Amino acid sequence: MAILPPGVSQRDFNAAVRLFKEAVGEAWVFTSDEDLGPYRDAYATHWGEAEERRASAAVCPKSVEEVQAVVRAANRYKVPVFPISTGKNFAYGGPAPNMTGTVVLDLKRMNKVLELDGDRYTALVEPGVSYFDLYRAIQDRGLKMWIDCPDPGWGSPIGNALDHGIGYTFGPYRDHFGSRCGVEVVLANGEVMRTGMGAIPNAGSWQDYPYGYGPEVSGLFGQANYGIVTKMGFWLMPQPESYRTATVTVPKRGDLQKLISVVNYLEHSHLIGEPLFGAPLRALMGNAAFRETIVKAGGPSDAEMDRYASDNNLHSWSVELQFYGPEATNAANWAHAQARFAAEIPGVRFIEGDSLKIPLTEAQIDAAPRRGVRHGIPSLDVWSIVTRSIDPTGVNDGHIGFAPIIPRTAEAVFKAQRVFTDAFRSIETIFGANALTVPQAWHRRSFIFFTTLPTSRTNPEVNRKTRASMLKLIEIGAANGWGEYRAPPEFQDPIVNAYSFGDHSLRRFSEAMKDAVDPNGILAPGRGGIWPKRFRGNRA
Amino acid sequence: MKRVLIGLAAALALGSGAARAQDAAQVQRGQQVFTAWCAPCHGGKRVGNRWALPATASLEVKYKGEKPALLEQRTDLPAGALKLFIRGGSQSMPAFRKVEVSDPDIDAIAAYLQSTSAKGR
Repeated sequence: MAILPPGVSQRDFNAAVRLFKEAVGEAWVFTSDEDLGPYRDAYATHWGEAEERRASAAVCPKSVEEVQAVVRAANRYKVPVFPISTGKNFAYGGPAPNMTGTVVLDLKRMNKVLELDGDRYTALVEPGVSYFDLYRAIQDRGLKMWIDCPDPGWGSPIGNALDHGIGYTFGPYRDHFGSRCGVEVVLANGEVMRTGMGAIPNAGSWQDYPYGYGPEVSGLFGQANYGIVTKMGFWLMPQPESYRTATVTVPKRGDLQKLISVVNYLEHSHLIGEPLFGAPLRALMGNAAFRETIVKAGGPSDAEMDRYASDNNLHSWSVELQFYGPEATNAANWAHAQARFAAEIPGVRFIEGDSLKIPLTEAQIDAAPRRGVRHGIPSLDVWSIVTRSIDPTGVNDGHIGFAPIIPRTAEAVFKAQRVFTDAFRSIETIFGANALTVPQAWHRRSFIFFTTLPTSRTNPEVNRKTRASMLKLIEIGAANGWGEYRAPPEFQDPIVNAYSFGDHSLRRFSEAMKDAVDPNGILAPGRGGIWPKRFRGNRA
Repeated sequence: MKRVLIGLAAALALGSGAARAQDAAQVQRGQQVFTAWCAPCHGGKRVGNRWALPATASLEVKYKGEKPALLEQRTDLPAGALKLFIRGGSQSMPAFRKVEVSDPDIDAIAAYLQSTSAKGR
């Protein structure tokens, strides 16, 4: 199936492909259906349908110079290119472009860990480096520092950061884009730019100070299309001496407010890592009356829920705390946390967890779900959630994430529970929300009210329902002031549309910049909902 | 004539030695590629009495004992079959690009799996 970029003639496309081959070598330009198959998004919600976003070719440069040559050729023939790093951003687009016909610029061959500094706790990497690669490089050199990785370790630190991805350790490091320091970018005109101290030749402090002097522009390259990031520096976490876990439970539904308030105090004081909220009342899910109560219209009353809790000798909410640091400091921080919770919440209970020396043994890592990623150890263990071992029916081949940002308050959590429980009652999906749905504290200053929607490569009906559900959820979220932090390409336009303050002044500003720095609109048209003038009619 | 036959036998012996070395190198390469790209999901790690990694656990559910869940015990995965799965994906496993796993890499994985399944027989 020959695909051309929109508005590009076959002759110009062929000429561009010839120049791409000159730039990177014939073996690293792919145009056949067979070779382009793996550039499809395996979790696409339009899999096999006309609307599925497909590449016209893929080009795989090995160096910055080759990227520059590809960009110049693309500019000459006005052929759009879509950079990917490791291409593993599944549930958020995978290796496929935003706009059908775009040439994928596959940066996987640029896979060097360029610098590691175990005294300053920094790294400088290329986009094709995976979390596995970076972890191994640090281990091979015996450095006592941690990466913070997302669930799947085959992703790219650069790609994940650029999509505002998250991890599971300490707050500042969980925000992968926030822990960047220094970026190198190939611009649409083929020039190379470095941000921060990297703009001073031979500065030696590129990964020490992000701002340099003047505007700090590296933030412009996240979820956007102003350049192709070819290097990024990161701040890494010193390997702690020990790790401690503990769980706090509170008796009443309304106690969530104080629970979150104290957790926020602890996390923003840098005393704890990721807090894991839970709902002990899930133990009652075998009770049909209870199941009906937690999804009733308008939500259950606090009194109803408190009665279930007291009748069953259960607490309403829990939070597991993660402490990283010297053993004595962890013990003191846990004691301090207990004092703060006890002062605020009558009836609070404390459950001791583990106190372990780092590095953990393999058995200690396996003893708790996701403990590996909480210690910066990448894996693919999370894939079990989309395999037959979890879903024996094999109905779902994958999923996409619905991930609205809400404030870090109990008031927002209760409101989101009510709104999305009602929403899921009226839309077709096998997933849902209820009065026990807990927020994710992945980003350190906000909550994500996360759920997933299934995708299928064999059943278009599953995908149809997912698309309809996702669009409805985005609309409902926007009506309540909630916007998504991340999404697959086909939902980026409706999501950006919700960020509409000032008659969409943010989008108009983004697109004015786009037209200024990329007048031919060749870099990733549509990424982040930013469309160049030439392709603006493609906005969904 | 006898000299010719001796020379031919020596050449064959040398040839089979070189072939064995080439086979061993391919198996070794296959092990490296398998470890890097396949083992994180298809590895044999166990926690308690269950397979710990997602794809191995999934294949156990799929095959219900008719075939081994562990790829390294399979005897029915020549390069052609592997290519179908690697380039096309399967269920939740996405496809792999040539820039990740090349065609010679797939041949090497097949050689490695052949060697590991043979050891198990």
